[in-house]
Amino acid sequence: MAKPPQPVFLERESYRRRRLGDAVRLVPLLGLVLLLLPGLLTTTNDALIYIFTIWAVLIVVTAILSRKLAAADMIDGAGEAQKAPDDT
Amino acid sequence: MAFDFLVLTCLGYVVALFIVAFWADKRAAAGKVGWLNSPLIYTLSLSIYCTAWTFYGAVGYAARSGMEFVTIYLGPTLVMLGWWVLLRRLVRIGRTQRITSIADLISSRYGKSNMIGVLVTILAVIGTTPYIALQLQSVTLSFDVFAETPGQGVNQTAFWVAAGLALFTILFGTRNLDVNARHQGVVIAIAVEAVVKLVALLAVGIFVVFILAGGPMPMLDVIAASQIAEQTIQPERWTVLVALAAMAFICLPRMFHVMVVENYDERHLATASWAFPLYLFLMSLFVVPIAAIGLNVLPEGANPDLFVLTVPLEFDRDTLALLAFLGGFSSATSMVIVAALAVSTMVSNHIVMPIWLAQRQGGATVSGDVRYVVILSRRLTIAALLLLGYFYFVYSGGGGALAAIGLIAFAGMAQVMPAMLGGIFWRGATRYGAAAGLTVGLVVWLWCSFLPSFGDASLIPAAVYSNGPFGLEFLRPRALFGIEGMDPLIHAVFWSLLLNSLAFCVVSLITFPTPLERLQGAAFINVFRYSEGAPGWTGGAVDAEDLLMMSQRLLGSREAQELFVAEAQGQGKEGYLPDVSPAFLERLERELAGSVGRATAHAMLMQITGGETVSVEDLMKVADEAQQILEYSSQLEAKSLELGQTAKQLQEANEKLVALSVQKDAFLSQISHELRTPMTSIRSFSEILMRGAGMSPEERSRYSKIIHDEAIRLTRLLDDLLDLSVLENGQVTLNERSVMLDDILDRSVAATDRPEQALTISRDPPMEAVPLFTDGDRLAQVFINLITNAQKYCDAEAPELEIRVGLDNGIRVVDFIDNGAGVSTDVQSVMFEKFARGTDHRAAGGAGLGLAICREVMKRLGGDVVYLPDEAGTAFRVVLPEARKAAA
Repeated sequence: MAKPPQPVFLERESYRRRRLGDAVRLVPLLGLVLLLLPGLLTTTNDALIYIFTIWAVLIVVTAILSRKLAAADMIDGAGEAQKAPDDT
Repeated sequence: MAFDFLVLTCLGYVVALFIVAFWADKRAAAGKVGWLNSPLIYTLSLSIYCTAWTFYGAVGYAARSGMEFVTIYLGPTLVMLGWWVLLRRLVRIGRTQRITSIADLISSRYGKSNMIGVLVTILAVIGTTPYIALQLQSVTLSFDVFAETPGQGVNQTAFWVAAGLALFTILFGTRNLDVNARHQGVVIAIAVEAVVKLVALLAVGIFVVFILAGGPMPMLDVIAASQIAEQTIQPERWTVLVALAAMAFICLPRMFHVMVVENYDERHLATASWAFPLYLFLMSLFVVPIAAIGLNVLPEGANPDLFVLTVPLEFDRDTLALLAFLGGFSSATSMVIVAALAVSTMVSNHIVMPIWLAQRQGGATVSGDVRYVVILSRRLTIAALLLLGYFYFVYSGGGGALAAIGLIAFAGMAQVMPAMLGGIFWRGATRYGAAAGLTVGLVVWLWCSFLPSFGDASLIPAAVYSNGPFGLEFLRPRALFGIEGMDPLIHAVFWSLLLNSLAFCVVSLITFPTPLERLQGAAFINVFRYSEGAPGWTGGAVDAEDLLMMSQRLLGSREAQELFVAEAQGQGKEGYLPDVSPAFLERLERELAGSVGRATAHAMLMQITGGETVSVEDLMKVADEAQQILEYSSQLEAKSLELGQTAKQLQEANEKLVALSVQKDAFLSQISHELRTPMTSIRSFSEILMRGAGMSPEERSRYSKIIHDEAIRLTRLLDDLLDLSVLENGQVTLNERSVMLDDILDRSVAATDRPEQALTISRDPPMEAVPLFTDGDRLAQVFINLITNAQKYCDAEAPELEIRVGLDNGIRVVDFIDNGAGVSTDVQSVMFEKFARGTDHRAAGGAGLGLAICREVMKRLGGDVVYLPDEAGTAFRVVLPEARKAAA
């Protein structure tokens, strides 16, 4: 197969970056659902371990996603504003 | 540990903080920001969310309600995790719109409505007061732990703490005269305090878990065995508290201040999005263990809010206790500083300044004036706020669990949420909607949450709780609309936010926004479409050279350079370029305003210095100014056009006058010449006659004849002159009646018929039978003149004159055409002027007035005489007056 031409590659980058933004949006929703569940747990110890585990996972996931997103933003820079009307 | 030592430690700590802040300010002023603006500092500055309430109160909360305390951290965690959706937008709006506080944000969104700003400010003051009381309480209680006689002089301690904090805040926050800049020093001090409180809590936690309990697993056993284990989570309370904490995290004035106003770079949010949740995670990790151990080892009835202090003291770890104390102190001071700063900004911007400016009417004339008032109002507000907090502390009894007071404050500030979220996501939100929502929320919150917080029967009588105000049961503060059995906090949050949102949406739907509101709404909602990427703050890094270049264009290079040199000298610098200080920018703006208008100057400087976009209001002002300038210039243009026309008319009039004067001179010299010639010959010949005795009769007769002829000529000349003058002045009376053209021609030819003349006249009698209604004598005079001219000037050997009557474009004309040489072109143009003669035929006896008289006569009669250039000889055309009157 032929090597894809340059513009397609760039599109792909920006596509990935947008999906990264979607993921960042998704994390708090996931967190909300997971962190509202402890009401179902009965003992404090269970709740303690559950909450702090979920919390730690959310922090790690966001750390990874945010760093990637910030890096992509640095490359893409100001262009983001025009390219992502679905932002609003 | 001695109480005095504790006080000294606090003072030392404060002085150290002050030095750090001072150093940071100096560094920032020198432009060496570097790591001072790192994402780490930003994240740590967000930690003012963790106040003394968090520091001490979380443990107490856990001891009372188990895991529920963690909701206070989970809410902000979720907000930070979702930074891409909400916080990024808020920060971008804050930067592009130059937002100074949350009240400013809301009022900007709703068309710079000060009404909204005042409402939010009031909410902020009322909501911040209990929070400050809370800090006073924490610090007072922690002091009390170390006091020799606990419980003595608590109010006194609280008062001195309040006074100390007020002084501290004023020194910190309003020391800098530049009221609009970011508070670099404060931010660094907060970051230091954030580290102190984290380290303190972690130290106590590690001490508890790893030394007292012997590791994580035994710790869990201790927790399982304690009364905390029995606390179950109430799902609805859990959910509401998470939501409340999330809303408060955004809406609290101090949080908004550090998160949005003090934000240096939007990208810092990306780091803070995970780093701040991590901070909160660490802050809450050891809360339950400390609570469990505290409940275990301390005697029954010990205040769980102070476990962080009392547990280390119980085990004689004085240093650890001191660290914990400093942690709590740090929490309280950082919160109070930023909250007081943020609220005082709102009060001075939305309440004091509008009133002050309204009283001044004419507006500020001296810039120093405004600055002084702003600083003073901020300082007074800070003092007043601390005093209010103190009173709240005293009157709420200093009792009540810390957590309960904190949640009341949260619920108060959360009332801003509908107006804010609606403002940044919904274009249909209007100022009336926002005002209605805020008012309703404020009232419900006051009634259901704030007033009852003073104790069950202090501000609201007990009867009102059971029967409602004025017997209106559905308005009972703890059972609105008759819904009983809800947790009081849930009840208050539920009703206040529900009614608030409802009022906001409904009123927004039925009202109409102003144009400014709609523009601002679009700017807020589409902030990512219209603003640029994430530029850093360039406030201190403006190049004076750029400013000079711009100023040179506007002021002229010499003036601009003089201004810059003077400023540089004023700053004690050499050369052209001064430091770009705010004072200089202000002065420059004033100077530029002189030439381009205030709004334009502001907008231009903002473009260069701030990197901020120009606000809609700025643009409207610029447009206004441009409009005024346009009107002014179009008026000027009209005026100058008018002037130009007048000048042209004057010039034309002058030319006419000059021409007339030249004509008059020429006429006078002509006339005197014409009169003098015959007079000269009359005089000389009469002298000859007088002296000549021996003169023959023939000679005498000849001379007499000459004198006679000359006298006749003179008389004719005078007659002609008189005739012309009469004609020109319009004094002539025309004797108009019906005549026949051929009669007049016959008369004219007969009058000129002289035997010595050889002129042959050819006519066309059938054509001449034309009836006319005119003055026949005058017309005959013209014909005679033309025939005489032909007799005089026709130079042909056998002169002939053809009189031809015809029609030219339906107008009757009589042409007199001879067979002579004609008239040269340059003579044609002047031959109808007075004293004009083709060639010098003086002997012909004409004075050159004939044709002039002809033309005057014909014009009087309503016709004309023109020269016909295309004929063989000299040809004149007499345009006869129309015969309408004859027909009638």
